[in-house]
Amino acid sequence: MRRYSGRALVVAAISTAVVFGVLGVIIVNAPGWEAFRRSFLDGENFLESAPRIVARFEVNVRLFLIAEVLILAWALVLAVVRGLKGPALFPLRLLATVYIDLFRAVPGVLVIFLLAFGIPGLRLPGVPNDPFFWGVVALTLVYSAYVSEVYRAGIESVHPSQEAAARSLGLTQLQALRYVVVPQAVRRVIPPLLNDFIGLQKDTVLVSFVGIVEIFRQSQIRQQATFNFTPYLVTALVFIVLVIPMARFTDWLVARERARRSGGAVDATSSGGQRARMWGL
Amino acid sequence: MTGAREPALSIEGLWKSFGDLDVLRGIDLQVADHEVVCVIGASGSGKSTLLRCINLTEPIDDGRIVVGGVEITAEGVDVDRTRRGIGIVFQAYNLFPHMSVIDNVTLAPRKVLRLARADAEGQAEELLERFGLGEKRDDFPDRLSGGQQQRVAIVRALAMRPRILLLDEVTSALDPELVAEVLNVIRELAASGMTMVIATHEMAFARDIAHRVLFLDAGSILEEGPPGEIFRAPREPRTREFLQRIIEAGRL
Repeated sequence: MRRYSGRALVVAAISTAVVFGVLGVIIVNAPGWEAFRRSFLDGENFLESAPRIVARFEVNVRLFLIAEVLILAWALVLAVVRGLKGPALFPLRLLATVYIDLFRAVPGVLVIFLLAFGIPGLRLPGVPNDPFFWGVVALTLVYSAYVSEVYRAGIESVHPSQEAAARSLGLTQLQALRYVVVPQAVRRVIPPLLNDFIGLQKDTVLVSFVGIVEIFRQSQIRQQATFNFTPYLVTALVFIVLVIPMARFTDWLVARERARRSGGAVDATSSGGQRARMWGL
Repeated sequence: MTGAREPALSIEGLWKSFGDLDVLRGIDLQVADHEVVCVIGASGSGKSTLLRCINLTEPIDDGRIVVGGVEITAEGVDVDRTRRGIGIVFQAYNLFPHMSVIDNVTLAPRKVLRLARADAEGQAEELLERFGLGEKRDDFPDRLSGGQQQRVAIVRALAMRPRILLLDEVTSALDPELVAEVLNVIRELAASGMTMVIATHEMAFARDIAHRVLFLDAGSILEEGPPGEIFRAPREPRTREFLQRIIEAGRL
């Protein structure tokens, strides 16, 4: 087994080097490569733009960190309300369902425009007109609709006998949810939840349209000042550095959950094997 | 309120249907304090449903269930409060997999009876010790054998100090070599005077432990009596037929 996987690694390394080497030669010798390099990969521009652009990323980070906390809580409320039983609670269930349908249907950027431009326009006393505030609210409203569906899938994946056991001990419906069902559900939905958060983190650039100078708007400003697209690549790079480790972490969580459920623990060997399988070796 | 002669459990005219299927057709049953009643019958005869109705896990369609003098099927009864006094143990244990043994046992005493954690744990440890599970206190359910899990489930139900304990085929999911440890726990409970209604396929066990045996057939109590009578000289042809099949299967 070990011998075989060692051999596989060598073969993979050689074939990768050959394929990427050939691709590199073809690309560099393609017509227009020089023009592309000047316009997209300008080293000087990169060094000059990167610090200013990265500094603006702070706005996006603040935005998604605040929104994520709010989404986790609000989406759970929505999921629980949607799943409540009993005829008297029908209007609440209906409200939650309509909310989720609406905010999953409407494009996020539209909600941001409506709130950040529309509401301050009403000039209501005591209502903030800070576009950052409304950006957080809009993204929370939209993403909690998605996340509540993730929660709900998790809640429904917990076998009904768990709730029955809790209720048989005298716990109320809400206590059974809180202590027995939701803790098990949350554990199962962490991977899809992180997936939604990756989407949210990228969507924070949408608030640039309502006048917030965050990372994307800053790279746009630099692009227009220098007539060069390298600043956009800086922004792309920042998101890549943020998201790819998170995606790998999510994969690792999924693998761990799978191993846990099949009874084995994730030790060094099995996660190594998992990684090898992930890369198709 | 509760008279000394009041039965622990009294059921009158209990009907239960699933769609067009009448699963229970007018069950009448009285269980005295400290009595052990075993319910036998073929699969699908309604044994499990009867227990689940007594615990109000299943809503009933008609009839009355009275526990300790309180009609629990009456309109407006606090179902959650009622369930505290009626413990039930399921065939599939249904332990909470995300909690250690001690948390499984103390969850309801802490959240429902509002006991302080230290008090709840003290009582739980005593119960676990009594049933040979003291060392498993901090283990998670998936580290336990089926027999140990089922014993924990029994302890979890007992921790609420129920007036009556319902056991729903608690050994049916166990490997044969693990059945005895669970049956011994139930024997000990019977000896200590626990009022129990036990649905079971373990006929030898029912014969040993029960004060009274009910034979449930197609949703009705076809025959009932002391185990000696039911097992040695059943009156009803259906009962004889059922027991004959059990004997042929080598289970009695």
